[in-house]
Amino acid sequence: MSGTFIGMPAFSPPTLPAFSPPTLPAFPTAAKEAVRNPTLRRNLRYATHTIRAKRAAAVSELDDWAALREAGRQIKDHTLRHLDRYLLQLEESVTAAGGVVHWAADADEANRIVTGLVKATGESEVVKVKSMATQEIGLNEALAAEGIHAYETDLAELIVQLGRDRPSHILVPAIHRNRGEIRDIFTHEMSEWGRPAPEGLSDTPAELAEAARLHLREKFLRAKVGISGANFMVAETGTLAVFESEGNGRMCLTLPETLISVVGIEKLVPTWRDLEVFLQTLPRSSTAERMNPYTSMWTGTTDDDGPRTFHLVLLDNGRTDTLADRVGRQALRCIRCSACLNVCPVYERAGGHAYGSVYPGPIGAILSPQLRGTASDIDASLPYASSLCGACYEVCPVAIDIPEVLVHLRERVVEGGPAVRQGAKVTLRPARGHAAERAAMRAARWTFRHPGALRAGQRLASGTRRLVPRTLPGPGRAWSATRDLPKLPPEPFREWWRRTHRPGGQAPADRQEDQR
Amino acid sequence: MRVALFLTCVNDTLYPDTGRAVVKLLTRLGVEVDFPMAQTCCGQAHYNTGYRHQAEPLARHFSDVFKDYEAIVTPSGSCAAMVRELYPRLGDRARAEGRGTALAEQLAPIVPRTHELTEFLVDVLGVTDVGAYFPHTVTYHPTCHGLRALGLGDRPRRLLSAVRGLDLVELPGAEECCGFGGTFAVKNSDVSAAMGTDKVRNAESTGAEVLCAADNSCLMHIGGTMARLRTTVRPVHIAEILASTEEEPLT
Repeated sequence: MSGTFIGMPAFSPPTLPAFSPPTLPAFPTAAKEAVRNPTLRRNLRYATHTIRAKRAAAVSELDDWAALREAGRQIKDHTLRHLDRYLLQLEESVTAAGGVVHWAADADEANRIVTGLVKATGESEVVKVKSMATQEIGLNEALAAEGIHAYETDLAELIVQLGRDRPSHILVPAIHRNRGEIRDIFTHEMSEWGRPAPEGLSDTPAELAEAARLHLREKFLRAKVGISGANFMVAETGTLAVFESEGNGRMCLTLPETLISVVGIEKLVPTWRDLEVFLQTLPRSSTAERMNPYTSMWTGTTDDDGPRTFHLVLLDNGRTDTLADRVGRQALRCIRCSACLNVCPVYERAGGHAYGSVYPGPIGAILSPQLRGTASDIDASLPYASSLCGACYEVCPVAIDIPEVLVHLRERVVEGGPAVRQGAKVTLRPARGHAAERAAMRAARWTFRHPGALRAGQRLASGTRRLVPRTLPGPGRAWSATRDLPKLPPEPFREWWRRTHRPGGQAPADRQEDQR
Repeated sequence: MRVALFLTCVNDTLYPDTGRAVVKLLTRLGVEVDFPMAQTCCGQAHYNTGYRHQAEPLARHFSDVFKDYEAIVTPSGSCAAMVRELYPRLGDRARAEGRGTALAEQLAPIVPRTHELTEFLVDVLGVTDVGAYFPHTVTYHPTCHGLRALGLGDRPRRLLSAVRGLDLVELPGAEECCGFGGTFAVKNSDVSAAMGTDKVRNAESTGAEVLCAADNSCLMHIGGTMARLRTTVRPVHIAEILASTEEEPLT
């Protein structure tokens, strides 16, 4: 450890604020920027296609993949159905093992608890192992407001933090950056946060990893407080588990004197045996590895080994509301593998930032509007950020039918209806901006209930087909800016059928030649 | 066998050639085809845009129109998937909303009798060689609902492979969505257009003259993009290729 960096750094590293829905543009607006950024498109295409192919190969090695997927689904559904009971069991187990359990209903409460715990230690800096829950609640910003510096130690999180950037992927948050960009970020920013990047740093993966290793090692050895998330919590023993690839998690979980874990309440499984399923499905789905390099598990505290103090902050923040929704609750099965992001053609082109949340991609499109509600532009637009192609559902290791939930949330946006918000039953009003669409849908429904009206409309269209322009003005431009309109035929099919076939019957034999 | 052609509102209005091709093809294979004139729309656009309650009367209408047929055949993967995958869900959801089992019971009988065209040919009629002739290089795009919701698998490719004169070439990135997605095409037009352009570029890279699919909605988007990009590949529905013969070739 270098003497220069003992104690609290004298600077305040700037950070970007957490995702704040009311300030964010709707998905199509944000995606438009990404679609037109060739570097981003290239980075994302290369990364997602590479990992997509690797995942497919890793999954195809297992003959019982379908059974594992079904088992994962059932374990999660069972746990969610009895979440009240298992959470109390977990609290009891963690407490018996020497840990302290805290309950946080929302982001503010969780931030208050964690900030208070860190301040009580007298420390002003913490190391973090990648935790999506703490990003969901904006913990780093809450800590910074109290003068506490949080250092991300996951390699990709480090790149994001040094770059004053936001994560754009669940597993590889810096997926939108290529090696050259990372080298530049390290060279320019590391010195402001701690140990500078080595002189003449190149963009080879080995040199970049070594620069990060040296930079982070200093922080690991100095930190007295670690903050983590968890992939799983086992109710029967109170054990938490972190699955990771780099070893930074192992450092964060074992070196500091105080460990604070912030975990969403849905991360629970009842027994150790249940982990067996996810130990197989999570690594193969996320990093395409048969087994992740580091699996750290801890149960409360242990004398003379690891942290002396362990706090578990159980985070709700919209999860109980989500659980109340019959269709939407399956989103809580998610184990954050990110397989759905890597196969999603929309994510590949729009990039993670367009989703306006720490949870991007297809899973984010169904999670954010449930955890945060559909009041903001971004949250009301997320259910439409999909062509419903179904690739996400196909790869999901816990069989979340993401298209089903997307459509369900579209219904919530356009029709409103019953939902649960902060534990109370409410009736949501339809979102603004869908009046014209609603009227068009009603008109279409009426026409389709009256075949005569449909026929009249078709005949009118065919009769005036030469007047139809190749491009459309106004809202029609959304189609015709990049696509020709289909040419209207001289007569619709049903007119041809009426001419050539007896009503409701088969064509006479002498009319057969007429059919082409 | 007497079957009903459910042509779909899009094909009826915009792609009557596809409808005529299905009639010609099935008639050639000895199937008695009827086109119930009261048919309109399956309700897919309503359902997928979030107007499930507006889709319900259209589903009931579909059931009224088609309930007396042994088999219902449609040349659209997504409309077949609407009936097969989503009509049962309409019934389930109505029940969950406390509206009883009437909708579920009304829709249940037509669900297993509804077949996508290539599925009907291979599984019900048991044919892969339909006696077609189409002397062109063709690449096949498996549309998402056909591929993932219905699980059509290699049925369309088997049918195309048996067509005399047809040279079938693999489409790179075939299983990736073309970017149509119904209202997605206009609600997220930038992403949709980017996906469409990539699909067209992949089709061009095969050197094929024809991009074939079993769903005209996707072909409307891909074809519209092709026209704008002035590519030489043209979009053709699989029914029109399978209907084409040496005596009456597709022009």
